Amino acid sequence: MAIDTLRPCGDYRTSYKADQTIFATRLTMLFCVAGVVLACFAPFFFSRYILSLMIQIGYLGIAALGLNILVGFSGQISVGHAVFFGFGGFASAFLANKGVPVPLAIVLAGLWTTAVGLLFGLPAARVKGLYLAIATLAAQFILQDFFVRAEWFTGGTHGAMAAPFTLFGYDLSGDDRYFYVVLFFVVVMYLGAANLMRSRDGRALIAVRDHYLSAEMMGVNLTKYRTMAFGISSFYAGIGGALYAHYVGFMSVEGLDILFSIQFLGMIIIGGLGSIMGSLMGTIFMVLLPEATGWLASALSGSVIDQVLHLKDGLTYMREMLIGLTIILFLIFEPDGLAHRWRLIKAYWKLYPFSY
Amino acid sequence: MALPAASAGANPGTAALLSIENISLRFGGLKALSDVSFHVRHGELFSIIGPNGAGKTSMLNCISGRYTPSEGRVVFNGEDVTRLKPNRRAAIGIGRTFQNLALFSHMSVLDNIMVGRHHLLKNNFLTGALYWIGGAQKEELEHRRKVEEVIDFLDIQHVRKASAGTLSYGLRKRVELARAVALEPKLILLDEPMAGMNLEEKEDMARYIVDLNEEWGMTIIMIEHDMGVVMDISHRVMVLDFGRKLVEGEPAEVLADPHVRKAYLGEDDLDEAAPAALTA
Repeated sequence: MAIDTLRPCGDYRTSYKADQTIFATRLTMLFCVAGVVLACFAPFFFSRYILSLMIQIGYLGIAALGLNILVGFSGQISVGHAVFFGFGGFASAFLANKGVPVPLAIVLAGLWTTAVGLLFGLPAARVKGLYLAIATLAAQFILQDFFVRAEWFTGGTHGAMAAPFTLFGYDLSGDDRYFYVVLFFVVVMYLGAANLMRSRDGRALIAVRDHYLSAEMMGVNLTKYRTMAFGISSFYAGIGGALYAHYVGFMSVEGLDILFSIQFLGMIIIGGLGSIMGSLMGTIFMVLLPEATGWLASALSGSVIDQVLHLKDGLTYMREMLIGLTIILFLIFEPDGLAHRWRLIKAYWKLYPFSY
Repeated sequence: MALPAASAGANPGTAALLSIENISLRFGGLKALSDVSFHVRHGELFSIIGPNGAGKTSMLNCISGRYTPSEGRVVFNGEDVTRLKPNRRAAIGIGRTFQNLALFSHMSVLDNIMVGRHHLLKNNFLTGALYWIGGAQKEELEHRRKVEEVIDFLDIQHVRKASAGTLSYGLRKRVELARAVALEPKLILLDEPMAGMNLEEKEDMARYIVDLNEEWGMTIIMIEHDMGVVMDISHRVMVLDFGRKLVEGEPAEVLADPHVRKAYLGEDDLDEAAPAALTA
């Protein structure tokens, strides 16, 4: 949190409190607060379509942040994030159907997913790198199969109905109202992560990533923190999944495949590994990319390109190819992600025109 | 040479803080250390020297818990710590630096040093995430103050916000020392603190080590190849060669020892004398 090389002139801190803030400068903080406040007015101005995109960014962004804590901050790997997202959805739907109020069900589903994540994170205490990737791949397939078979829990192949979100008898289920629910969770979860990373356990996670031997000498219990990263990551995934379930009103095993897990990885690579805001930027990019492809395809309909490539028929395939392509391009040209690019842009404007 | 293991807290200066009792370390058929014993007293600046591959770093690893000795005991502050996990040793008062830089390179210098206070901090992932509620902020700020003392002592104020990976070699070594000092250890293990430094940086580093020892009262075990520094600042020196202890004693005694000269320091007239001895 504390790396800020470019501070404006005259910004002197006279207390440690002023120096340990989440945001590098006061202006950045004001921008973020203004962003949230402006977002509160979004339902009055935007169409349902745009609102649905924003809600999608919200719940996926929470889950992506979870994966970033695991991959970006603690330096491990998971190719099974989608099933934890799914587990959260099923768990929340299940609890809500058992009569638990939906807001409580979402939080409980997060905790339940944490327990499952810790269980599947246990190999992390023993193995690293490729071997861990395979272990999480196992989690992906085991849980996917579990979702199909455990009819009592998930409704099997038919899926489960998820009750609409109500708070004290007040219905918050439409796009324009559910938006606030998601916004609330996004703000809370992102603030939580930012706080975590500037306190003891967050630093320990990063220490384990950067140099586990010396982290151990500093008194960091490697096993505990490697497993804890899985737990925290699953909690975020579970909350994200639960928000999704109650938004759609229905949870099914379809779509919780490995491709979805890889999309989560794509989000954090594009956004920036080890960056909290990067997780959100990556999610925005990943959600808008297929939409933008759609807009482009419809804009080109009837043109020569359309006649040659049959854009309309090939749209689904093209979207997936584009996701793959962008991940590769980002890995080559901007491995530190959008968050880093954003920092460079800010630095450029701060130093302009004397950038040396 | 070896002192009898005195009871802890008897008379600072003569009581042993750390006792190494007959340690052997084997890697398969290779014997890295054989039957080494020594004692380090409270408040002592103790150096381990010897040729490359003599087992100096293996010795430190046995003390810091990275390796478990095949035989023998490590007694620290009256407590047998031979099999204590490395991450538990920070809390009992053992800190160390590494031979090859071991900073958390993507963290700021400040955060690196704050990790050193890990075992002293109490906030966890829950109170940490809540930060303002539950006292994490208060605790973090208190410890920030302590960290700033260490930063002042080692004169690294100007880089406290820099990412550790971007620093020069000499500064990184200093930050690593700062991180180990932030642990508030009783015993600090320094593995080649001056390797690869220029003269000025070496002088600074030697001054910090002496200050740590004399003003902060830390007991220090140091591995170092620069004989000038070792002989100047150490209270006692131990020489290892092929995993065995050659001698242990005050710098002057060690310098005068013929075995040490032969094995490590070298003798001025040895090169000429040896062929003559062979032909004789």
